[in-house]
Amino acid sequence: MWPIFDYGRFVSIISSSDVYGVVWMRSLAQLHKMANLRVLVGVKRVIDYAVKIRVKPDNSGVVTDGVKHSMNPFCEIAMEEAVRLKEKKLAKEIIAVSCGPAQAQETIRTALAMGADRGIHVEVTGKSIDGDNNQTGQMTAALLDWPQATFASEVTKENDHLKVVREIDGGLETVKVTLPAVITADLRLNEPRYATLPNIMKAKKKKIAKHKAADFGVDLTPTLEVVGVEDPPVRQAGQKVESTEELVAKLKDSGVV
Amino acid sequence: MVALLLTKTFLLPVRGRFAVSALSYPARCKSSGQPLTQEVSEELSDEAIFSHEHVELRRSLNKIIENDINPHVDEWENAKIFPAHQVFKKLGDAGFLGVNRPPEYGGLGLDYSYNVAVAEELGNIKCGAIPMAIGVQTDMATPALARFGSDLVKKEFLAPSISGDKVACLGVSEVGAGSDVSSIKTTAKKSGGDYIINGGKMWTTNGLQADWMCLLANTSDGPPHRNKSLICLPMDLPGIEKAKIDKIGMWSSDTAQIFLEDVRVPQSYLIGDEGMGFTYQMLQFQEERLWGAAASIVPLDTVIKETADYTKQRKIFGQPLLNNQAVHFKLAELQTEVECLRSLIYRATGMYIQGKDVTKLASMAKLKGGRLAREVTDCCLQYWGGMGYTSDVMVSRAHRDFRLLSIGGGADEVMMSIIAKYMGTLPKLKPQ
Repeated sequence: MWPIFDYGRFVSIISSSDVYGVVWMRSLAQLHKMANLRVLVGVKRVIDYAVKIRVKPDNSGVVTDGVKHSMNPFCEIAMEEAVRLKEKKLAKEIIAVSCGPAQAQETIRTALAMGADRGIHVEVTGKSIDGDNNQTGQMTAALLDWPQATFASEVTKENDHLKVVREIDGGLETVKVTLPAVITADLRLNEPRYATLPNIMKAKKKKIAKHKAADFGVDLTPTLEVVGVEDPPVRQAGQKVESTEELVAKLKDSGVV
Repeated sequence: MVALLLTKTFLLPVRGRFAVSALSYPARCKSSGQPLTQEVSEELSDEAIFSHEHVELRRSLNKIIENDINPHVDEWENAKIFPAHQVFKKLGDAGFLGVNRPPEYGGLGLDYSYNVAVAEELGNIKCGAIPMAIGVQTDMATPALARFGSDLVKKEFLAPSISGDKVACLGVSEVGAGSDVSSIKTTAKKSGGDYIINGGKMWTTNGLQADWMCLLANTSDGPPHRNKSLICLPMDLPGIEKAKIDKIGMWSSDTAQIFLEDVRVPQSYLIGDEGMGFTYQMLQFQEERLWGAAASIVPLDTVIKETADYTKQRKIFGQPLLNNQAVHFKLAELQTEVECLRSLIYRATGMYIQGKDVTKLASMAKLKGGRLAREVTDCCLQYWGGMGYTSDVMVSRAHRDFRLLSIGGGADEVMMSIIAKYMGTLPKLKPQ
């Protein structure tokens, strides 16, 4: 379902929870001593992370009208990592891509102001937010048959592969992925810089290519239907007990054990 | 998915289940509990003077305000001072302190519409003091320096002010001379290759923390409009004393009285030509006044919006206070006036960037800004009732802070004199 760009070999950095957050890097490692990677960063406009989310009265979704939106913070982190790679001269070109309605172009422009060289907008109608689904990176890697390193908190380039430190439940895991690859960004990967005014002005000249999903022969018919969205149940008050015996007794009484 | 989505505050431990104590959630990711600023809408670029770049500028500045400034405002208001060097450096690094200043000195060389965009966005800061302090740095202490200063003073004072490494202040008003600038008493007498400065200044914003002052002083005898000069004065020289002034509002701004006793400064620190100081200062005032008005618009928008929100949920006699026609009609009237002010400012800006003299319109904008700020904050405070009288709400701070707009930067009465002069209705003064 994801439009595939025919750029050859890629490495991707993706924001973990964002459906459209994808970064591909093109490696010309065989041709140059220093890899000249091209980085594709997916960016998406979502409800601002600090907003208190409210469910719509008809339970069909969450309230988005009049609610503050901004670039997904994970996308900012992915962009920042790409910019750092370019500053270290490991990446040659950064391309920002966003799939969404016309407003997605604003998000791409912000990415251009942060340091992307050009943008791609694939027009897709309908609203969506950050569903925290944690699927895009993994799906992309599977579709492209590329290695993936998700929840990255540190990315280092070594010769013709990447060393990625991942945050997992048990601690930190270090993996090695050959290029091209897909990487998803986690919270502690970096602290994104502010788009400086000089860069904002430079972004004026940068181009955004516009496409429709149909241009890539992609069928957008959804295969998933959201049946309902609800508030989580209100947390019940707990009970305090004085001793372990009392705790066990209460658990037995309530039939839990 | 539902539970995570709805209770997510970005820091929820989806991935935080490991016990690595060294790793913590970055402060920027925690929701501060503060009300958010308004989103910068793309529709702004529909305005005649704004473009996509103005929108991006405001978005980026908005982030700095949300992350680095607003979370600390309450603390700084209580301490009655804010860390100017720290805040200005952050803004300077991002390029926001020299928007229309020459690129040779670190500025961006953009036109004045970008200054207005910055001024408007600064209105999202949750107090009046910090935007005022920034405005002094960008639009009050430096216009003459940028336009008329020599390369030496520009390198020494302008460039570091643009980068945020030096904090600037403006020394014009004195204890005995506010609205009548021509009667200031501070003198700068030549001695060898220096000036010796004696006198003092009053109401100096950033006065305690400034590294240099743009000082207006009498450099010769003669007609009061032709005997003054602007001099760059480093604030760490011997003979300079500072005393903090306690005010009813603008608390986080360090406003100071400055005492100058035999302060020695090289003559090379003169800005432009001797005797031209009064003229330069008058030219500087145009930008200062337009800026002051522009910086007041967003706070007024916010006060009206927050009042509408409050009165919507505040019930009285069984229904929301907002349902009373007196309330929602009045808010509609006030919003209309704010839009009128906005249009006046944009119109003046549009003409200014075409090189026209906008003294009359800028004075009108400042006059209207000061008056409207008092009306809006006073009226909205009334609708907040008892809550409006507490220190916990933004409307009471706005009421205190924006009372200054009718006084500082040129009192309402001075604005009216200027407008009358342009209207041809000002009586001729007797020669002094």
